[in-house]
Amino acid sequence: MKKLLTRHETYVFLAIVVFSIIITSINPSFFTIENLFDLLKSYSLMGTFAIGMLFVLISGGIDISFTATATITGYVVAVLLLKYGEGLNILSVFLIAGGIGILLGLFNAVIIYFFKIPSIITTIATLNIYYGILTVVSKGKWLYGFPTWFGDFNNIRVFTLYTADGNPYGLSIITVIWFALILIGWFILRYTILGRSIYAMGGNPASAQRAGFNLLGLNLFVYSFMGLMAGIGSVIQALLVQTVAPNSLVGKEMDVIAAVVLGGASLTGGTGTMLGTILGVTLIAIMGNGLTLMHVSSLWYKVIIGFVILVSVGVSAYRSKRSTRKHIITEVN
Amino acid sequence: MAEPFLALRKVSKHYAGVTALDKVDFDIQKGEIHCLAGENGSGKSTIIKIISETVKADPGSVIEIKGHAVHGNKAIDAINKGIQVIYQDPSLFPNLTVAENIALGGFVASHRKLINWKELRRGAEKAMARIDVRLPLDAIVREISIADQQLVAICRALTRDVELLIMDEPTASLTKKEVDSLLAVVTDMKSKGIATMFVSHKLNEILQIADRVSVIRDGKMVGTYPGSELNDEKLTILMTGKKVEYQRFVAGKNGNNPILECQWLSRRGEYKDINFKLFPGEILGITGLLGSGRTELALSLFGISQPDTGEILFNGKPVNIRSIQDAMRLGIAYVPEDRLTQGLVNNQSVGKNIIVTTLDSLVNRFKLLDQGKVTDSIQRWIKDLTIKIPSVESPVQTLSGGNQQRVVLAKWIATQPRVLILDGPTIGIDVAAKFDIHKIIRELAEKGIAIILISEEIPEVYNNCNRVLVMHKGCILGEYDTRQATQEDIQNHVNGAY
Repeated sequence: MKKLLTRHETYVFLAIVVFSIIITSINPSFFTIENLFDLLKSYSLMGTFAIGMLFVLISGGIDISFTATATITGYVVAVLLLKYGEGLNILSVFLIAGGIGILLGLFNAVIIYFFKIPSIITTIATLNIYYGILTVVSKGKWLYGFPTWFGDFNNIRVFTLYTADGNPYGLSIITVIWFALILIGWFILRYTILGRSIYAMGGNPASAQRAGFNLLGLNLFVYSFMGLMAGIGSVIQALLVQTVAPNSLVGKEMDVIAAVVLGGASLTGGTGTMLGTILGVTLIAIMGNGLTLMHVSSLWYKVIIGFVILVSVGVSAYRSKRSTRKHIITEVN
Repeated sequence: MAEPFLALRKVSKHYAGVTALDKVDFDIQKGEIHCLAGENGSGKSTIIKIISETVKADPGSVIEIKGHAVHGNKAIDAINKGIQVIYQDPSLFPNLTVAENIALGGFVASHRKLINWKELRRGAEKAMARIDVRLPLDAIVREISIADQQLVAICRALTRDVELLIMDEPTASLTKKEVDSLLAVVTDMKSKGIATMFVSHKLNEILQIADRVSVIRDGKMVGTYPGSELNDEKLTILMTGKKVEYQRFVAGKNGNNPILECQWLSRRGEYKDINFKLFPGEILGITGLLGSGRTELALSLFGISQPDTGEILFNGKPVNIRSIQDAMRLGIAYVPEDRLTQGLVNNQSVGKNIIVTTLDSLVNRFKLLDQGKVTDSIQRWIKDLTIKIPSVESPVQTLSGGNQQRVVLAKWIATQPRVLILDGPTIGIDVAAKFDIHKIIRELAEKGIAIILISEEIPEVYNNCNRVLVMHKGCILGEYDTRQATQEDIQNHVNGAY
């Protein structure tokens, strides 16, 4: 019990419970299975990006460019779908998007590692390069009218229930993809030397080097993994809205970073968990959804998210300050 | 004598024409505790680098491990031969647990892909059992004490087959009690056949358990002596090459009115019922271990924290010191314990660091900085305190510890303080530079400045102060007049408190 109280995740979970109660008391349709499945599907996109971001933050870096990466991979996939639509299948679409994402991520890693440029600067630059090139090439044109199989895949449900008035709903295949990615990410972080090495590098890069860790390899992995998540995310986005617009993702970086930080990952590296990240995404999701259900103007959304992040980061900073203080005092006695 | 584990014969090293080591002979026996003593810049760290094979010695040098010549030039080669170095900063992962810090390196080195948490914990437990230490396996390393972090680093070394453990300045940041338990661990390792090489310039504690002590000066080996034949004083002479006269300080009496007086000063959890008077021209020592309240008291006198109850009198009048600005206005200056993080702007030049406290007095009539006054002021302090620097533009982080401390002193003396509080002014400074700092402090006292010297090194307060207060758990346990008490009296009182 005591251990539970020292964990950041516990507090995020409590916040989720409190918000859920408030929203439900105002609009009971929030706390329904139908709304839950709906939320799980529409926030799979942010959730997928968040997995990649978690890895980057733990390693002690940050990646701002992933939305531009996702825009490129999404656009390439959309062009291919329109041209060779019937010749492709869902697996090849994911592979193409993921592959391009990995390449763009590797480019980030190489610049960060070899030129020793802080990751935030590097990825702001590459965000602009990737997004700029795409805008020039695409001329900002929206793409839609994808093959029917692509639209059908979006409607696959692992199981289906019906509402009282006969509308179907259920667990979407897209949510299942997100859950699978969570499991893979969790396994890497928890049970592989690679995952623990990422934590170690984020905690103290100099020690990691002395202990014989391959820092180049770790950087290449982390940023290409982020690129992979960006690629997969772009396909999820295309599936969800059946349209690819060059300007639909860029600008949403901060929401994803906020969700992961809300879940307990530190911007200075070395800390963060998959569970926390899921909770962070959940909290952002129910607040966005809840505000709509409570008929609050969506313009307030950003203000409220901002406050929640301030409170969350403030509380954890205060708690770590108190724990170091307590630690000093026990050492004295 | 049996064949040594490690032998260096005529080892030299030149860096771009500068001689770092000159034909050094040195050996370490199996299971021996060997100290390598020398001032900063004497070549100690070059020896560590050569033994740990991170740099290559000049041609003609011979290095033998168990009688076999070695030519490796990668750190991993030395590790595979059973040599491990624990650096001053123990190179741990602060965000990971004790168990992971101890055992993760071994997993990486063996090219494993997956973690078996049970096996990892067992490995960590085994390493701890070898030296009979018990640390909580799941504690996050950031949250355990520096001393325990060092034990974690030792345990990590023990997960590999180690025959020689090199420790670079291991006692620099430890309290007396922690040093004692570190020495117990080292003695225990000795009984298991593991040799330890201490590299340090602060050796008084280590001398008790060292089998032999080698002294290096200016890149040359001065000699190797049995630990039992040396004491602090002899060692200092060997290390510096000169006999330093250690004269005791005698305060000149400058009036009978205290400049600063504390009456029943208390702050919850930090210090309690503090009463003392400070007279102009005297050096008042405050000693006590880390956490005794010595630094906390100083912080309150300098306005960084406020006492809960009690009164501070300045020149006989009650004052309320609510901020650093208040303290500076009264003429109180404070040189902090950790000069690197609290006392200096590291990447700025020496000159800018010196004048930062007195900017207000260096302006012309347009309230802009007067470059002439600035240069004069900087030159004056560099000369007065004999700060050795290539140029006033050099960033302070490039200076030696002794010179950095002089910059901090200059910065505060420039404010013309009436009370100067020095917290651990010679921590991490080598012996020769230490004497110079002490000389400066005494000269300041002779000019009538009242000085509070806080230090956990009893010889330092005993030799430089006319009165010494012993603090423990936030209270003043006793006051000693250094003309009457002996150093042992004070030492026993401090130790007796535990």
